[in-house]
Amino acid sequence: MEYAIEIENFTKKFGKFTAVNDVSFKVKKGEVFGFLGPNGSGKTTVIRMLMGLISPTYGKGKVAGFDISKDGDRIREKIGYMSQKFSLYEDLTVEENLDFYGGVYGLSKKLLEKKKKEILKMADLEGREKTITSNLSGGWKQRLALGCSIIHDPEILFLDEPTGGVDPLARRKFWDLIYKLSQNGVTILVTTHYMDEAEHCNTIGFIYYGNLLTLDTPNNMKKYVIDGHIKVKPSLEDVFVFIVNKEGTI
Amino acid sequence: MNFNVKRVLAVIRKEFYQIKRDKRTIAIILLMPIMELLLFGYAASTSVDHISTVVFNNDMGRESQELLDGFTNSQYFDIDYIAYSMDDVHHYIDDGYSKAGIVIPPEFSENIKSGKTAQIQLVVDGSDPTSAQTILSSAGGVAQAMSVEIIGDNAIKTMPQPLDLRSRVWYNPDMSSINFNVPGLIGVILQTVTLMLTSFSIVREREKGTMEQLIVTPISKMELMVGKIIPYVIIGFIDIILALALSVFWFKVPVAGSIGLLLFFSVIFLFSALGVGLLISTISKSQLQAMQLSMFMIMPNILLSGYMFPREAMPKVIQTISNIFPLTYFIKVLRGIILKGNGFSSLKNEFIILVIFGIAVLAMATFKFKKKIY
Ligand SMILES: Nc1ncnc2c1ncn2[C@@H]1O[C@H](COP(=O)(O)OP(=O)(O)OP(=O)(O)O)[C@@H](O)[C@H]1O
Ligand SMILES: [Mg+2]
Repeated sequence: MEYAIEIENFTKKFGKFTAVNDVSFKVKKGEVFGFLGPNGSGKTTVIRMLMGLISPTYGKGKVAGFDISKDGDRIREKIGYMSQKFSLYEDLTVEENLDFYGGVYGLSKKLLEKKKKEILKMADLEGREKTITSNLSGGWKQRLALGCSIIHDPEILFLDEPTGGVDPLARRKFWDLIYKLSQNGVTILVTTHYMDEAEHCNTIGFIYYGNLLTLDTPNNMKKYVIDGHIKVKPSLEDVFVFIVNKEGTI
Repeated sequence: MNFNVKRVLAVIRKEFYQIKRDKRTIAIILLMPIMELLLFGYAASTSVDHISTVVFNNDMGRESQELLDGFTNSQYFDIDYIAYSMDDVHHYIDDGYSKAGIVIPPEFSENIKSGKTAQIQLVVDGSDPTSAQTILSSAGGVAQAMSVEIIGDNAIKTMPQPLDLRSRVWYNPDMSSINFNVPGLIGVILQTVTLMLTSFSIVREREKGTMEQLIVTPISKMELMVGKIIPYVIIGFIDIILALALSVFWFKVPVAGSIGLLLFFSVIFLFSALGVGLLISTISKSQLQAMQLSMFMIMPNILLSGYMFPREAMPKVIQTISNIFPLTYFIKVLRGIILKGNGFSSLKNEFIILVIFGIAVLAMATFKFKKKIY
């Protein structure tokens, strides 16, 4: 079995505070991996370490088969990243942002034009090419951010709370895009606080105060709760609350 | 390290879009050079003429009287006080009545008549070095003019130098302080503008979060730095042309040397100045810190580079410190080309130093830049 992402004993300390504690997991190629956990549990920190944005205090990681500590440059060509905070250029137009990332990924002019058309269509941004990005509303911004992160056809996509703060319709549109990418063989690691979204992942990793508690399919996770609790048909939200309550009492 | 021109071009284009949409940046680029040049240019020119002067004349001859007339006629010196002793002269200058004192020794007329070199002593109030500099150069000009006249009048044409005024300043024969000031001012403006523009360029992206997205792309440090620098080299170039045009057409400063050489040196200097800005931007944790750091850099640059005060008058330690500023060399180059008409061969050392400095500081900025968020 080939893995898109492999993490072994990932640990990150900020001074004395341990934000991520000995986390290990693997994500299969082509999988949609949901990363769940309450605020401040360490999801963003794990992703940033995988992206090479910060160095782990301890532990090893592989992305697309390359070691994160050595082959950052190779990895960066194969991954796309959408950070939790919107991080495109707000003072550039939609098209200028796409042009910029296309250029930075070294796309040829012809390919860039083709990808731009595709992305504008996919993100429902046609006719807004000349809009200054800061004037876009939430859903459009996020679809543009996704567009910029996949302009180079990455193998693996990291989405850190991509749907935070957008309306249900925009969320559904966004997840339609994620499925499409997944069908095309892209591995996706996504963090979210929406349990209906988590429901659609192949695997869920649940992280709590820096510790990875469970790693399973959504259905198995529900069983886990049923085993430990009396609940006829628990939703993932029940699972989330259950785990936090249980762990919180420790 | 890989280097892909496409990536660099993408960064350059992006920077230009951002500059185009930022009014503050546009103001710094276009208004600051004009304003600084006009403000400093005029401020520096106010103290040029009608300098209140005290005279202590030990010589009763006609020649010394003619000399003093020459000073008065130049419009630069007003003989307001007559002193009867050296102490008197000091008193007038110490108490601020006069800015300059002219002391003529007893044998002055005698020396001129017999074809010997006649000395004059000039006492200048050094508390304001800028005007002191002007006074020195003005007096030098008057003495020069008088010498020519004396030689013309005198039968003994072989006399090498009839008047000896030790504190003569050779450049700037028009005796205009603006001619002397403007070249240095151009350097100061270029330094200030480029530093203000680039010192934010990296740290702003860090603060806004756009850096996080940028550094997960395959762009290399070198590509990013080059892409960040080139737009400002172009802008700095526009600024120098703007400043030069204003100097030549508005202030009527004559350019003795080659404009092409001057522009060439400007580009060389820009790389150093921008490199310093990028370095500041790279090591700063916030835009505020970047601003403080660049202010911290600009002050000593203006004070010590020789723009304000002659470096020769500075203590050795300060002179040594001022050697680390690229502006020091650039001002030398500017004055050399504009005032003295220097060619490349007399500025070779400055060229080498500026190139080395530029490469070093850019390498340092690139080295210090980490593809990490903290
Ligand atoms: N640079 C830093 N210095 C100190 N502490 C940090 C730093 N970055 C993150 N932390 C802390 O590490 C912990 C994990 O943060 P992280 O952002 O990874 O959580 P998260 O799971 O992404 O939360 P959220 O759901 O709110 O996005 C938090 O307590 C946070 O305050
Ligand atoms: Mg987070």
